[in-house]
Amino acid sequence: MSMFQSLMGWVDARFPATKMFEDHMSKYYAPKNFNVWYIFGSLAMVVLVNQLLTGIWLTMLFNPTGAGAFDSVEMNMMRDVEWGWLLRYLHSTGASAFFVVVYLHMFRGMMYGSYRAPRELVWIFGMAIYLALMAEGFLGYVLPWGQMSYWGAQVIISLFGAIPMVGDALTEWIRGDYLISGITLNRFFALHVVALPIVILALVVLHIIALHEVGSNNPDGVEIKKLKDENGVPLDGIPFHPYYTVHDIYGMVVFLFVFLTIVFFFPDGGGYFLEKPNFEPANPLKTPDHIAPTWYFTPFYAILRAVPDKLFGVIAMGASIAVLFVLPWLDRSPVKSIRYKGWISKVMLALFVVAFIILGICGVQNPDGHVSFVPFEMTYRAMGQICTVFYFAYFLLMPFWTSKETCKPVPERVRMAH
Amino acid sequence: MNKIASLIFALCLPALAVAAGGGHNEYIVDAPINLDDKVSLQRGAQVFINNCLGCHSAKYMRYERVSTDLEIPAEIMKKNLMFTTDKIGETMISSIPEELAEKWFGSVPPDLTLVARLRGSDWLYSYLTNFYVDESRPWGVNNHVFADVGMPHVLSNMEKELGEKEFKSTMADLTNYMVYMSEPIRAERERIGVYVLIFLAIFFIPVFFLNREYWKDIH
Repeated sequence: MSMFQSLMGWVDARFPATKMFEDHMSKYYAPKNFNVWYIFGSLAMVVLVNQLLTGIWLTMLFNPTGAGAFDSVEMNMMRDVEWGWLLRYLHSTGASAFFVVVYLHMFRGMMYGSYRAPRELVWIFGMAIYLALMAEGFLGYVLPWGQMSYWGAQVIISLFGAIPMVGDALTEWIRGDYLISGITLNRFFALHVVALPIVILALVVLHIIALHEVGSNNPDGVEIKKLKDENGVPLDGIPFHPYYTVHDIYGMVVFLFVFLTIVFFFPDGGGYFLEKPNFEPANPLKTPDHIAPTWYFTPFYAILRAVPDKLFGVIAMGASIAVLFVLPWLDRSPVKSIRYKGWISKVMLALFVVAFIILGICGVQNPDGHVSFVPFEMTYRAMGQICTVFYFAYFLLMPFWTSKETCKPVPERVRMAH
Repeated sequence: MNKIASLIFALCLPALAVAAGGGHNEYIVDAPINLDDKVSLQRGAQVFINNCLGCHSAKYMRYERVSTDLEIPAEIMKKNLMFTTDKIGETMISSIPEELAEKWFGSVPPDLTLVARLRGSDWLYSYLTNFYVDESRPWGVNNHVFADVGMPHVLSNMEKELGEKEFKSTMADLTNYMVYMSEPIRAERERIGVYVLIFLAIFFIPVFFLNREYWKDIH
């Protein structure tokens, strides 16, 4: 027996190290027909690790006070501390990258029906991660204490003021002050670096435990656990390690190439990752000309603005996220994957993506401005309203078309993409 | 599914192009920025220190960093370019007190360290070259890019002396310096970035073949 084996024997008698590795890696059987859409879960993990590591070091350089926050970013991180700029750009670009990979990961789930039974909890834990991530993104965005940090926070926190009766008291309680101040910054810092990372990590663990309990879905939506060999190994399953570990490393290098190109050459992301007004310190007396939330919130911001009444706008925005939680029960199709669903599902999903992207654009534009990418006269507000109606119609009408449309027969075994 | 994906992409392309657009002002032209041109940056630093630093600060910029990055020897820096301090590690702070500045100009002249990132280099260059005579304004000048600006045309004598072409070239140097100052690490970051991407491209080769080797038996 080698040294390593005897050491592992000693550990395994006290802690299930080998068992855990087998359960989640070397004997976790994943469908062999994953395509490129299945990379984004691993990439989300890569970005999470990036955010945690860079975040720890940025915390060492950051001064969480109203008077010192902006200076500590622009002086400590960007100038005085060696490589501080790299930590900061990795973190700020990482925030946007997180939402890019999470949106693509969610779209994959919607496309192949990964939320369908028995994976409802995988989806719900995933949605909870997304919700926590939105809170984390918002809180982190306030910390550099630039003009857009300050006024973006002002807009978002004021949304709570729309709640009848308790609204004003609630916003005051959140801010800890009569207006957004260094006190707000202090608490947002605490939530951003301690509370929410713990919540997100816990939810990621739950998401993966739930996933590994039921097993991964695949582009065909076929349950691989139905057909097993004499050893109980699914016929269409392959061990996650080494097959998908080498696959994911391959995907990770491609991702890093794109990610680090942005970090080293375009860290501003064209003014969407680091917004221009944020290079001016927060000034409560000077409102910027145009306040828009960060790009990853803009679809929901457009839904908020589509409704003329503030309270109902807030309700619509909340509902637009809440409805995603119940998606597993809205889809009544006899098949999981878009590959075998009827044409209505395909057209609706395509239109949904278009509507979501257009909502995102409406969210950054002046609502009274004229939409320049259509051949007729229309304001961004009207465009946002149409897309908002479609957004909700997509989910609320889903039970009807999914149960009525004709689907193609699902094969017994998965098909390999060639 | 690939057809649908490409359809979505085609439909969204014009929309994305719109989202990337910005505001319009016919006077805003492209600034000739070249952060590798050390001579231009040195001239820009000189113009900045002699003409801007009197009223504006650049409080996140240390003289020492300018001296090192722009290859201006510390002795020359101290003798010719440092008027408010003799410590080279100090930041560039304007010589007028804030209260006095407010009295003179109506508001404190903004810190200029990050102005190139706040406004953009094109805006900055166009602003510097677009002052015009307007007797209705307190200083008798106005600006095509920044309407009713509070700043007097500090460089009007220079503009007259140098003539349009030479003045624009000097303003290009100044803008170039201010772009450098807004992010001193930029040139270095792009230089490192090239090596990072080359490393990833090389690392991709074994990763690609490792993946192919494992997957060749899976059908």
